[in-house]
Amino acid sequence: MSNDLTERTVGEASPPSSNHFVAPLEETPLVAIDVVKVAEKPSNLWIDAWRDARRRPIFWISGALILLVCVVALFPWLFTNVPPNNDCQLINSNGGPTSGHILGFTKQGCDVYSRIINGTSTSLAVGIIVIVLTTFLGIIFGAFAGFYGGATDAFLSRIGDIFFSIPYILAAVVIMSVLVNYRSVWTISLAIGLFAWPATARVLRAEILRVKNSDFVMASEALGVSSLRILLRHVLPNSIAPVIAITTISLAAAIVAEATLSFLGVGLGSSIMSWGNDINQAQRDLRTNPQTLIYPSLALSITVFAFILMGEVIRDALDPKARALR
Amino acid sequence: MAGYILRRLLQAIPVFFGTTFLIYFMVFAMPGDPILALFGDKTPSPALVAQLRAQYHLDQPFIVQYFIYIGGIFQGNFGMSYSGQPVSEILLRTFPVTLRLAVLALFFETVFGILVGLISGLRKGKLFDGSSLVVSLILISLPIFVIAFVAQYVFGVQLGWARTTVGPGAPIQDLILPALVLASISFAQIVRLTRSSVIETSSLDFVRTAYGKGLSRNRIVPVHILRNSLIPVVTYLATDFGVLLVGATVTEGIFNVPGVGNTLYQAIIRSEGPTVVSFVTVMVLLYLVVNLIVDLLYGLLDPRIRYVK
Repeated sequence: MSNDLTERTVGEASPPSSNHFVAPLEETPLVAIDVVKVAEKPSNLWIDAWRDARRRPIFWISGALILLVCVVALFPWLFTNVPPNNDCQLINSNGGPTSGHILGFTKQGCDVYSRIINGTSTSLAVGIIVIVLTTFLGIIFGAFAGFYGGATDAFLSRIGDIFFSIPYILAAVVIMSVLVNYRSVWTISLAIGLFAWPATARVLRAEILRVKNSDFVMASEALGVSSLRILLRHVLPNSIAPVIAITTISLAAAIVAEATLSFLGVGLGSSIMSWGNDINQAQRDLRTNPQTLIYPSLALSITVFAFILMGEVIRDALDPKARALR
Repeated sequence: MAGYILRRLLQAIPVFFGTTFLIYFMVFAMPGDPILALFGDKTPSPALVAQLRAQYHLDQPFIVQYFIYIGGIFQGNFGMSYSGQPVSEILLRTFPVTLRLAVLALFFETVFGILVGLISGLRKGKLFDGSSLVVSLILISLPIFVIAFVAQYVFGVQLGWARTTVGPGAPIQDLILPALVLASISFAQIVRLTRSSVIETSSLDFVRTAYGKGLSRNRIVPVHILRNSLIPVVTYLATDFGVLLVGATVTEGIFNVPGVGNTLYQAIIRSEGPTVVSFVTVMVLLYLVVNLIVDLLYGLLDPRIRYVK
């Protein structure tokens, strides 16, 4: 800015005869320093993130996969007409692919493809319930601990430490072992979510500690805004990005956790269609009929992969520092 | 330093009581009578029920029961397994095997992870970097039991390079495949962490100074870049210990490694509740101790940590 103006001042505005080198105000034309497009909506973190994400092919690939998983979960009948559980005939036990049953049969003579399609909603439901729970608990604990600090922080953070110190799959193993008679999508999600939230709380707390020293927070304080309102209206919306960034990856982790628990036999009841259950059932036939194990594993891995990829894209898009690493 | 150690130890106390209380609470506040459950469909005589209740202190208030249990832990009494063996005895037998497996896995994941991460970081955006990113994302997406089964099927059943199950005494050569499987979970994370850390360190002023002084790349990369990039990796390894414990449970179960994880795995699939709880408690305590030790070491290695409140 200064270069531009001085040149103008020296070169054009002041005649050679005059002695003053500071341009008189009325002689200096007001020059636009930066072109501000008033017509355009002001950019913010979320718009920037969307602009960044949509340029990346893996965003569209993982997005399409996630969409497919959601459609399969919501409308399984679009993909198969074979009932997953009620059409099992032992004559087909461990049978290979036939027409209408493209992936063959399980040991019980059930259609592998149909079981995979019908198990999708279980995985997705557990993933979604868990992240709703962990985000909710994580925001409450992380926000109050970070914003109020002091004794509140010490108390809430110690509670978080306690839950964080029990690896959440081990905790869920204990809970689900105890809840033998109450195994459902809800209880397993609760068991996972109850011990997975401290990670979210820690991320949010760290971000709030950073944001709460900003000038706009001080400005709100000076204006006499109540502290709860500052937290909800100003601090939280400006610190939520890292939480959103880890949500998709947490969803993938929750799906894996459910499958691991079901694989261990403490997950969902055998009447509920779940990839983990199918993998658990198929492991005894690894030598003779590996495809009954491979296909559900593949469905599980591809779903998790889609969410992990999406999580990467979202994290990169929301974190300018991560962009530099690409 | 003394202040830091004291503060860290004081912080560990509520966490120790909190975690054990939480596990104890989860088990004993749940619906159902544990004594009646022992008998299944049969109805025991009231005298026997009363005797068992007294034996397991179930006639005491909940909080008293908890402190009796904690007192037992301090005396090395982690309870009895389903088959009537003391848990501490089983631990003594199985722990060396798990330790061997864990050390082997840690060796694989750190050596390969740091190496691949370093090369990726130094050649950011090149072919090697791109492929290592894809491979690590795929590895992150594969649940441990899927990796274990694929490895068992391909290397054990199809190729016959390794035994599908570990033989008695768990010799090292049998443990290589399970250790590689166990290492694969954290390998990808270590690669990514090392990579970003190397990229960050490479752009710092002291590295530029080192190049400016005319030091050779062979000296700058290991001494200036790598050493300063490893701090986040070391921290990660400590927090990752929990993942290693869960991973060991699944891996040891699948490969039949006679370790602590396998004992837990067997107890889970046979739904032997009390044994499961004892072993989970042991693992959680182990996790707490390891994290405490690493935190203290970390304070020793990096002076900045000590002053962070």
